[in-house]
Amino acid sequence: MSLINEFTKGIIKENPLFRLVLGTCPSLAITTSVENGLGMGVAFTAVLIASNIAISTMRSIIPDNVRIPVYVVIIASFVTMIDQLMHAFTPALYTALGIFIPLIVVNCIILGRAEAFANKNPVIPSIFDALGMGVGFTLALVLVSACREVLGAGTFYGIPVLPESAPAILMILPPGGFITLGCLLGLMNKLQKKTA
Amino acid sequence: MTTSNDLLVVTSSPHVHSPDSVPNAMRDVLIALCPALIAGLYFFRLPALLVILSCVASAYIAEIVCLKVMKKAPTGEGSAIITGLLLAFCVPPHLPVWMAALGSIFSIVIAKHLFGGLGQNIFNPALIGRAFLLASFPVAMTSWSRPLDGVTTATPLGIMKEATGQALPSLGELFLGSVSGSIGETSAIAVLLGGAYLLYRGHIDWRIPGTFLGTVFVLMAIAGAIKGQGLWYPFFHLSAGGLFLGAFFMATDWVTSPVTKRGRVLFGIGCGLLVVLIRLKGGYPEGVAYSILLMNVVTPLIDRYTRSRVFGGVKSHA
Repeated sequence: MSLINEFTKGIIKENPLFRLVLGTCPSLAITTSVENGLGMGVAFTAVLIASNIAISTMRSIIPDNVRIPVYVVIIASFVTMIDQLMHAFTPALYTALGIFIPLIVVNCIILGRAEAFANKNPVIPSIFDALGMGVGFTLALVLVSACREVLGAGTFYGIPVLPESAPAILMILPPGGFITLGCLLGLMNKLQKKTA
Repeated sequence: MTTSNDLLVVTSSPHVHSPDSVPNAMRDVLIALCPALIAGLYFFRLPALLVILSCVASAYIAEIVCLKVMKKAPTGEGSAIITGLLLAFCVPPHLPVWMAALGSIFSIVIAKHLFGGLGQNIFNPALIGRAFLLASFPVAMTSWSRPLDGVTTATPLGIMKEATGQALPSLGELFLGSVSGSIGETSAIAVLLGGAYLLYRGHIDWRIPGTFLGTVFVLMAIAGAIKGQGLWYPFFHLSAGGLFLGAFFMATDWVTSPVTKRGRVLFGIGCGLLVVLIRLKGGYPEGVAYSILLMNVVTPLIDRYTRSRVFGGVKSHA
């Protein structure tokens, strides 16, 4: 029962992007198309699950004083693997995401889950926590990028949905990222207030 | 005298009553915009009328909807009409009507109400609308046409920037407004008339347009002298593009310009400097909109550093 709880909390109640406002850097930078958002979300989730498992397993032997460097080393190893895998199997996505794949190393959600959850809990709950947070972040990325892609490029996952002259290019430029994320955050707060 | 049965209400001082109110001021701005409106309609005819109507109507509707949704008291919807009108004045006359409406809605919803509504916005809403349109629809926003006959042509500043060899319009044409450009900015004389009215009514401070235009004039005179163009050059830059409209109606926006006198001087000089930089060195032919938006950003900072000292107080370390 509590395992399901660990999983679902990451999706709405503690959604990393909309409720904790973590990981905003990739959320602003790569959400120009649903494909990028989804790709980033999946890569992120894979790293998060692996790092949560590793850190949770080693939580009793990691010295407390140097735990942050240890986390970073662990996360960096997994990011390197994902980076190589994506380079080999999804070259187009790899080029589109560019520097933001290696930058998963310093993603504050992964470091945050390591510190706040995996370091204090057994392996199985840590996996569910990572899954929940990963799915929550992926959904958030897809939502942001769907808004931006539809308004800014007139397509959804590459499929045209708006007439050719309609899309406002601004929405896939950096300002569009800030505007979309701001509006969605405000909307989420409003919804949260209503349900609370 | 009064038939009302209300008891006499005694409030604490001040009791001074002034006819100045937001609706009154907005009405005066609307009056001041009339000459440019007439000039724009005369030169660009039906397309301009459609763009203006769509901007004003959508700004007004967006304002009403925002006030309703955010449950705010209706204060001066007139300001939305002015925002819509100013936006229409700085877009090309042949802009598709739905784009104009979209820019207008963006101005009101994003740049005004999401920042807290009238009096709270950091940026001039009309200019944000223009910046949004220019970034979103670069082709439609830079397709200019000649007044009266609507033949596609470059703006005077565009001709100067691209050096395409097309003949530059004379200063007289620029002054009257029979050149290609945005709906409300081509006619220098019409905008000047409106600006003079606002100055006369005391709604705007001469310091901002004065220092703004002065800076552009002096710097352009120097640039002209270096290029060997003579005195014609600074006058050309003064009356071409949206400089007068920006200096009198947009840089002086009460909300987004400094409140201190010294601050206004700094603000005007900053705007002028940026316009000259963008026009001479930047990638765009015209830089009035961006120069004002950039100075909007530093307005709180300017206000803070030019705050006057309380009489008898010690100099504060800001």
